[in-house]
Amino acid sequence: MRIDISRISKLANLSLSDEEKGKFEKQLDETIEYIDKLKEIDTMTVDPTSQVTGLENITREDEVKPSLPQEKVLSNSKSTHNGLFKVAAILE
Amino acid sequence: MSYKPVIGLEVHVELKTKSKMFCGCSTDYFGKKPNTHVCPTCFGLPGALPTPNKIAIEWCIKIGLSLNCDIPLFSKFDRKNYFYPDLPKGYQISQYDLPFAHNGFVKLKTDENKTIRIRRVHMEEDTGKLIHGIVNGKKASLIDFNRSGVPLVEIVTEPDFESAEQVNEYLQKLQQIIRYLEVSDADMEKGQMRLEPNISLKKSHPEQREEYRDSSSVIRRPQNDIPTYKVEVKNINSFRFVEKAIHYETERQRKILEGGKTPVQETRGWDEKRQITFSQRIKEQEMDYRYFPEADIPPFRWTKSQISRLRSQIPEMPDKKLKRFNDDYSMSGYYSEILTRERKMAEFFEETVKIGKKYNINAKKIANTIINKKIDANSILPAALVQSIIKQSKKTVVDEEELKNIALEVFRKNPKAVDDYKKGKNQVIGFIIGMMKREIKKPVENNQLKEVIENLLKIQ
Amino acid sequence: MNLNELTISQSLVGLKKKEFSSLELTKACLRQIKNQELKINAFVSITEEKAIEQAKKADLLISKGTNSPLIGVPVSIKDNFCTKNIRTTASSKVLDDFIPPFNATVVKLLEEAGIVMLGKTNLDAWAHGSSTETSDFGSTKNPWNTNFLPGGSSGGAAASVASNETVFAIGSETAGSIRQPASWCGVVGLKPTYGRVSRYGLIAMVSSLDCPGPIAKSVEDCALVLEVLAGKDSLDATTSDRAVPKYSKSLNNSLAGIRIGVSDEYFDGVDEEVNEKIQEAVKILEKLGAKIKKVKLFPPKYAIAVYTILQRSEVSSNLARYDGIRYGKDRSYFGEEAKRRIMLGTYTLSSGYYDQYYNKAQKVRTIIMNDFDKAFKKVDLIVGPTSPSTALPIGSSKNHPMFGEMSDALVEPSTIAGLAGINVPCGFSKQRLPIGLQIFGPQFSEERVLNAAHKYEQTTDWRKYKPSL
Repeated sequence: MRIDISRISKLANLSLSDEEKGKFEKQLDETIEYIDKLKEIDTMTVDPTSQVTGLENITREDEVKPSLPQEKVLSNSKSTHNGLFKVAAILE
Repeated sequence: MSYKPVIGLEVHVELKTKSKMFCGCSTDYFGKKPNTHVCPTCFGLPGALPTPNKIAIEWCIKIGLSLNCDIPLFSKFDRKNYFYPDLPKGYQISQYDLPFAHNGFVKLKTDENKTIRIRRVHMEEDTGKLIHGIVNGKKASLIDFNRSGVPLVEIVTEPDFESAEQVNEYLQKLQQIIRYLEVSDADMEKGQMRLEPNISLKKSHPEQREEYRDSSSVIRRPQNDIPTYKVEVKNINSFRFVEKAIHYETERQRKILEGGKTPVQETRGWDEKRQITFSQRIKEQEMDYRYFPEADIPPFRWTKSQISRLRSQIPEMPDKKLKRFNDDYSMSGYYSEILTRERKMAEFFEETVKIGKKYNINAKKIANTIINKKIDANSILPAALVQSIIKQSKKTVVDEEELKNIALEVFRKNPKAVDDYKKGKNQVIGFIIGMMKREIKKPVENNQLKEVIENLLKIQ
Repeated sequence: MNLNELTISQSLVGLKKKEFSSLELTKACLRQIKNQELKINAFVSITEEKAIEQAKKADLLISKGTNSPLIGVPVSIKDNFCTKNIRTTASSKVLDDFIPPFNATVVKLLEEAGIVMLGKTNLDAWAHGSSTETSDFGSTKNPWNTNFLPGGSSGGAAASVASNETVFAIGSETAGSIRQPASWCGVVGLKPTYGRVSRYGLIAMVSSLDCPGPIAKSVEDCALVLEVLAGKDSLDATTSDRAVPKYSKSLNNSLAGIRIGVSDEYFDGVDEEVNEKIQEAVKILEKLGAKIKKVKLFPPKYAIAVYTILQRSEVSSNLARYDGIRYGKDRSYFGEEAKRRIMLGTYTLSSGYYDQYYNKAQKVRTIIMNDFDKAFKKVDLIVGPTSPSTALPIGSSKNHPMFGEMSDALVEPSTIAGLAGINVPCGFSKQRLPIGLQIFGPQFSEERVLNAAHKYEQTTDWRKYKPSL
């Protein structure tokens, strides 16, 4: 067992059933075994590539564009109050 | 055993760009209807992408330059992953290992040679705003995303402060620099500047008072001196409160340490009403931000000439200006300090000096007028101020003694007028003033003459 | 021939000559959808009303002589592209009732080009997979044999084209999601260079790899669609501002002297039947004048590991926004596959493991890119099988946490390097399931890729076979 499933699920904001935890533990272990293949490759002198485009310094001018109308912003939510989104109290 | 505070500071500054950091929504959200300054990008709709605001990045670099930072020629954005209802994407676009600026310093004045090292200055986006209240009898948190995506610059110091007073001085200075750059109004009440001190105590060794010589010197401390904990204080919205919070917190920690215990590493809030810090009972969440490069935004590579172009756009900073005012205008530090507090005032002063020169009015005279008469740089033009000083000075060239002599001469030539006055004909004073003016041949204020005449006649 | 069987270029000719109207063409497609959907399940949503409205508008414009590049042509759109005021689900229950207030750039460009939108096609939930079996709205079936999978994640898109429910489809590929289902469904699928087509409004999976592209009945159609989609988008900072060539104009260029590479590494573990057809295709390309050369490439198995790490890591971040507060349902509605991927990605990015996994994968990615750079000094294009096998039976993906990665093994290396590639049909297995040839080239080599694919396609008759539904 390589993954602390409970800790990771908390970090991932997922509540998993015990059944899922057991199943994932085994499956993720298999996947990790596969991705560990990369250890075979020497990357001591290699730089990482996080983007393949070669683009740099892409910005936009500081110009205001129209925002969405409030009703469009709220329309997909199941829980709003006076134009605000409502969630269970966060601070005690 | 005595203890010494070890304090570091994180300051967030909201930039006053027109549009948000990664989208075109207006940043003019303060006091506006909730959720009206929002688009797919800053609201975290599926598939929406960020495009960085050029001005915001330039301003971030300018802040770095003003704090004597190095500007790495290669930089990038990263994702900081955590869950919170006011964070629409479940990650904040921020900078991790390659901030726009790092390794700077700020020199304090009060403690001689005290240097606060700046660890990093990086660019990120603001979150939405949480409002806590009661809805239908139940406690609830409400979210407005208007603030989400507003450009934020985070300025992080090394834990170099040893007192609340040092922190306060640094903050004044930082605020002044930000305002000089005109990149933010840095208004604490509007949340445009937010402070998070982290405070701990270490054992103090009076025999080795040394430490920070300059930004580059290596700091050596005995291993056992480094505090094993750190308390972060949040929700502080004024410089005064940050001092109070630090005083409170150092006392609290001192008591714990003296009791042989170690304070808990935690985030505490400042309660202004009760004047205490309190443990923030946010649900215990492990902080593992899982930073990784933001693939939606290509990285940044600056040329040296791009950086020097930005450097050349930075106005003279308060410290330099103050020194120059002292030198150029041979003024006292006190005057220079007042005049350089705000960039607008300093510029107003210098403009006035330039115009005043043509009329032989010296800088000191102008400084005097501005400070003593509490001149508002926004409500009068430099040229108008010069004119008013000229008028003023023309009217006051005649000194009191000379005036007395002239008055006595007029009395001697016009005994009837003096008689009439003594009989209660007060209006005759106008005649005397007229006669005196004929003698003086310079503009002079009637009131001053009136005063001289009355005083003399009373004595007679 | 029924109207819905037409290609884009045939449709455009017919519409222009007024042989039929866009409304007739659209209705033919809608009829086919109605007849086939119970069997195929290619669509999550059918937008009949909008389609009729758009078709009528197109007819009006055509009558006025308007010459938009795709005017009046029906299309299906993968349900991970945001469509304004039209439900967009990514085939996940989490977004069951999500109505986007904006259009993806791809959708905007298609609408400006005059298309008629028939509906939104099924995919593996969040595009996680190569089967469509992870869709919360049921698996799509392969039109050639409904006991088989269509591939994925653009399985609905490929099946909608293969079953003639639409003239063409828009899919998206992260690693194989266009080419692999195109291969299994016997249609043409183009994966453009990363950054050639805007991702704005495409529900993000792997931000550094995702790429929209067409699935169609001919190579020429793919060229026509790419001409509309390609180009710089101010809303996607990773798009290229290179000029967009007229891809459809260079399709008939001669292949004489073009150097085509074949790599043994790409035949490891490939089905014998698939192998044979690919070898035949290589011979045809040679006959067309191409010079065939052996090239040695970095083994694809490492690309699978790289892809798996990047994919899981970025997924864990890209799916973090789904918290049920502003839209959609809460995180308990994620399916098993999404949860599994979020879990692994959270782990590979977590403190202490970043260097071992994410950073390591990014480094191996550099090696793979350098390897391709070297290879493309010797050859202009590389060909091989798109998938190691033909379509697999329904149910094959269940309980294989890396099913997708394995069936996409041969397209993953080129994906990781952001290269341009295409699948073009090259024969059938004994079971009468399609086999696909992949042709890929360096970044921004779409012209050459399409040219070679078109010449091959026009020399063979595979496109003329249709599934019997």
